[in-house]
Amino acid sequence: MNLTTDVAVVGGGPSGLTAAAGLAAAGLRVLVLDREREAGGIPRHSDHTGYGLRDLRTVMTGPAYARLLANRALEAGALVRTSAMVTGWAGEHALDVTTPEGRLRVDARAVVLATGARERPRTARMVPGDRPAGVLTTGQLQNVVHLHHGKVGTRAVIVGAELVSWSAALTLRTAGCRTVLMTSEHDRAESYAAFSVPGRAVLRVPVATATRVVRINGRDTVESVEIEDLRTGERRTVPCDTVVFTGGWIPDHELARAAGLAMDPGSRSPVVDNALATSRPGVFAVGNLVHPVDTADVAALDGRHVVRHVLAYLGGTPTGAEAIPLRAGAPFRWVSPGLVRPGAGAPPRRRILLWPDEHRAVARVMVTQDGREIARRTLPWPVSPGRVFRVPSSLLSGADPHGGPITVSLA
Amino acid sequence: MTGGVSRSGPLPDGTVDVAVVGGGVVGAAVARELAGREHDGRALSVALVEARPDVGDGTSKANTAILHTGFDATPGTLESRLVRRGYELLGGYAERAGIPVERTGALLVAWTGEELAALPALADKAVKNGYRQCEIVGADEVYGLVPALGPGALGGLTVPGESIICPWTTTLAFATEALARGAGVLLNTRVEGVQRDGGEETVLLTNRGPLRARWVVNAAGLGSDAVDRLFGHERFTVTPRRGELLVFDKMARPLANRIVLPVPSSRGKGVLISPTIYGNVMLGPTAEDLRDRADTSTSEEGFAFLVDKGLALMPELLKEEVTASYAGLRAATEHGDYQVHLDGAERYLVLGGIRSTGLTSSMALAEHAAGLLAEAGLVTSVRDELPEPPRMPNIGEAFPRPYMCDDLIAGDPAYGTVVCFCERVTAGEIRDALASPLPPADIDGLRRRTRAMMGRCQGFFCGAEVGRRLAPVPDSVEESR
Ligand SMILES: Cc1cc2nc3c(=O)[nH]c(=O)nc-3n(C[C@H](O)[C@H](O)[C@H](O)COP(=O)(O)OP(=O)(O)OC[C@H]3O[C@@H](n4cnc5c(N)ncnc54)[C@H](O)[C@@H]3O)c2cc1C
Ligand SMILES: Cc1cc2nc3c(=O)[nH]c(=O)nc-3n(C[C@H](O)[C@H](O)[C@H](O)COP(=O)(O)OP(=O)(O)OC[C@H]3O[C@@H](n4cnc5c(N)ncnc54)[C@H](O)[C@@H]3O)c2cc1C
Repeated sequence: MNLTTDVAVVGGGPSGLTAAAGLAAAGLRVLVLDREREAGGIPRHSDHTGYGLRDLRTVMTGPAYARLLANRALEAGALVRTSAMVTGWAGEHALDVTTPEGRLRVDARAVVLATGARERPRTARMVPGDRPAGVLTTGQLQNVVHLHHGKVGTRAVIVGAELVSWSAALTLRTAGCRTVLMTSEHDRAESYAAFSVPGRAVLRVPVATATRVVRINGRDTVESVEIEDLRTGERRTVPCDTVVFTGGWIPDHELARAAGLAMDPGSRSPVVDNALATSRPGVFAVGNLVHPVDTADVAALDGRHVVRHVLAYLGGTPTGAEAIPLRAGAPFRWVSPGLVRPGAGAPPRRRILLWPDEHRAVARVMVTQDGREIARRTLPWPVSPGRVFRVPSSLLSGADPHGGPITVSLA
Repeated sequence: MTGGVSRSGPLPDGTVDVAVVGGGVVGAAVARELAGREHDGRALSVALVEARPDVGDGTSKANTAILHTGFDATPGTLESRLVRRGYELLGGYAERAGIPVERTGALLVAWTGEELAALPALADKAVKNGYRQCEIVGADEVYGLVPALGPGALGGLTVPGESIICPWTTTLAFATEALARGAGVLLNTRVEGVQRDGGEETVLLTNRGPLRARWVVNAAGLGSDAVDRLFGHERFTVTPRRGELLVFDKMARPLANRIVLPVPSSRGKGVLISPTIYGNVMLGPTAEDLRDRADTSTSEEGFAFLVDKGLALMPELLKEEVTASYAGLRAATEHGDYQVHLDGAERYLVLGGIRSTGLTSSMALAEHAAGLLAEAGLVTSVRDELPEPPRMPNIGEAFPRPYMCDDLIAGDPAYGTVVCFCERVTAGEIRDALASPLPPADIDGLRRRTRAMMGRCQGFFCGAEVGRRLAPVPDSVEESR
């Protein structure tokens, strides 16, 4: 079956739904395609509060947030098709889709990729040992517990100590499973003090920092994990029946790569500019696909941001000047957006997003171009691994629009 | 005794003509072959006896899945002959039964002067093994064939016939056809003892009780020496030789469109890079002798070794995500060849020590077994009126899968309902696997039949949903589409 639409949005999570609502409200025909049975993305199964602060100016649970965004897209006039898996490209702006009603070919004038990010599972982290059941990611854990009301074990080790790791600890507690240890390879737990201190107090979870899991033991079910103290090299065995790998984000970038879009080696995301445009004209990318991973409200606001730029593209407005590459310097792994296009306006929320690999108590940000320092500012929030570090885009205002790549680093 | 699959409860009464011990690829091939034969005008009754809850759950599920031409076998060995024959038999059967095979070809790459100098001898050896298509090529052609190779390749040898095959579907097809031909598949049934009463029958003592058989074929893989000892022999000892493998994301597949082989050394075939039939790229295996025959764990040393090798062989590959890692145990022995021995008087045949080529040679081993049993008095002929080979569900990436097929989806929306996103496995395929003649016993078995959950997310998205379908929650009100 062939369908035509103005804009096809791939992925009905917070970013895709918010983009769809805005584009439909602007009078465009919008088709959202999501492979899950219900739209909403990750918040559907993230059954705790903490969603909606920046985009809706209120706080609610994940499932409530997911429903609300889906309803808003529908009310604005977007079509939302679920159980609709986009399997590949049928043309520059055309998609192959599998649904229970048959295969679709969707011809659009513009495409917004909003496919999100996932956590790296054990295999991608290359943790050796036996391969028993009971080893999961937060995503799977929350699916099991919140959507399927299934069971997990009784003693868990959580690998990672980011925000999402505490989300895993909450879910485990709901499921009656005690977290016996949380491990972090960093010298201090990555997650924000605001969450981890009360979190630690409430959940009473011991955190082993500078620690990595080196082996999983147990033939049929998990019996223990072996951990190593990175400072001393000492190893010990922690008995448990469940292991949850958290964080370690990788974008769901397969469609982006299949299109041959320019990719960022640090985030493994499609490279976008301040308009969230990818290297293929008329194909945009939003949400955690381009910054794995930030909070849902930030993803949603990408969706709001892209509306104007999609409209401009469809209206035939030329993209403007040659873009300048934006690069992540130490201690950052990636920066988003990866291109600054003079004349395209500010990036979403007037923020540059960076992913730190190290903790720094004081953030002295330095911006350089062609060997010249164009800005330096100390920001009042710390740099902690496992969460996005945000820098005001005004720090780039001194850049030479005809100059070479701009690098953001810490002094 | 009746056929069918049995996983629990007492074993069927009566005496079978042949009990095949071990439901790996070899045992399943033998059971299929014998179940299609008759003796004195009567169809043979066959029982395939497997200790684990599924067939193909041992070494046969964890190998490099190459359909070998046998170009590098030791000329004159039984292995050389059976690999060559098995290559033809399985290649043909795969087409009939729908077992995915890709004729990728292989390129053996020389990285040192010594290896380069060894190529002509390898080409000669191939001819001695009856394989004439090898060709020596220069460095330019090597990089032309596999542009992603790391620097330093000096030359190579092409082996156009080397192919990749689905090892899981192969064993399942054999067992499914054995069932269709009337055989019994006895799972969770471990042979622990043997009683010979001097008569014509052997009693196999199992954890599920005794099983009487007129003939016994031992195809117990890593346990073949132990079972051989139960029959009173002291002929060979299996040393499990672990092979660890890394499987890379499908995104890596364009890097390796053919098998890249090292020049073999005395330690074995060495580390290769191969496309997999599921659309991934594989790096491995290691070779390390162990004591524990059940230790299929992976190791830090193994991973480090493979990463090192991979970085030299194909640096780009290591930039992709690892989506699976596993270890298989080769049934190596102190001998240089398969351990195939017939004891006519005891009505017993062992097919042991099938180390690193048994997937390829499986059907030839089965044919050979039928011939040997005939020598000992079990003269059989192929039955007329055999059922058609089963048409196995395709889980190969190079061939159409249900999510791509309009007509299938139109007839049944379950084939358009993708459950496992990374591998694009539909609700229809999972349902079919659960309703198949030889259904899976667990998630792993479902994975081998459908590819569900073997992808890059490892269950982040679909793990809970797949789990639910495997073991439906009784009070679940959701439709099972
Ligand atoms: C465990 C956990 C807890 C969290 N807790 C919080 C919190 O408390 N507060 C907060 O603000 N944020 C939280 N987050 C982060 C938040 O969930 C994400 O930032 C947000 O969901 C990102 O939205 P997105 O639209 O980019 O992607 P997603 O929500 O991941 O949505 C992507 C959508 O794309 C669909 N899709 C992907 N590929 C295809 C395809 N090929 N075809 C069709 N559809 C496709 C998917 O089905 C999915 O619905 C949490 C995340 C996790 C994992
Ligand atoms: C790393 C690696 C790579 C390989 N690559 C290739 C390749 O590319 N191509 C190729 O052709 N071959 C390859 N092989 C070899 C191939 O996998 C084996 O030769 C083949 O699987 C052996 O099959 P099998 O049936 O003899 O043994 P198995 O698959 O081990 O089956 C034996 C079965 O017997 C059962 N059993 C054992 N004891 C008992 C008992 N007492 N009672 C009941 N049941 C019992 C076991 O549970 C097991 O299921 C490779 C092997 C390894 C390890």
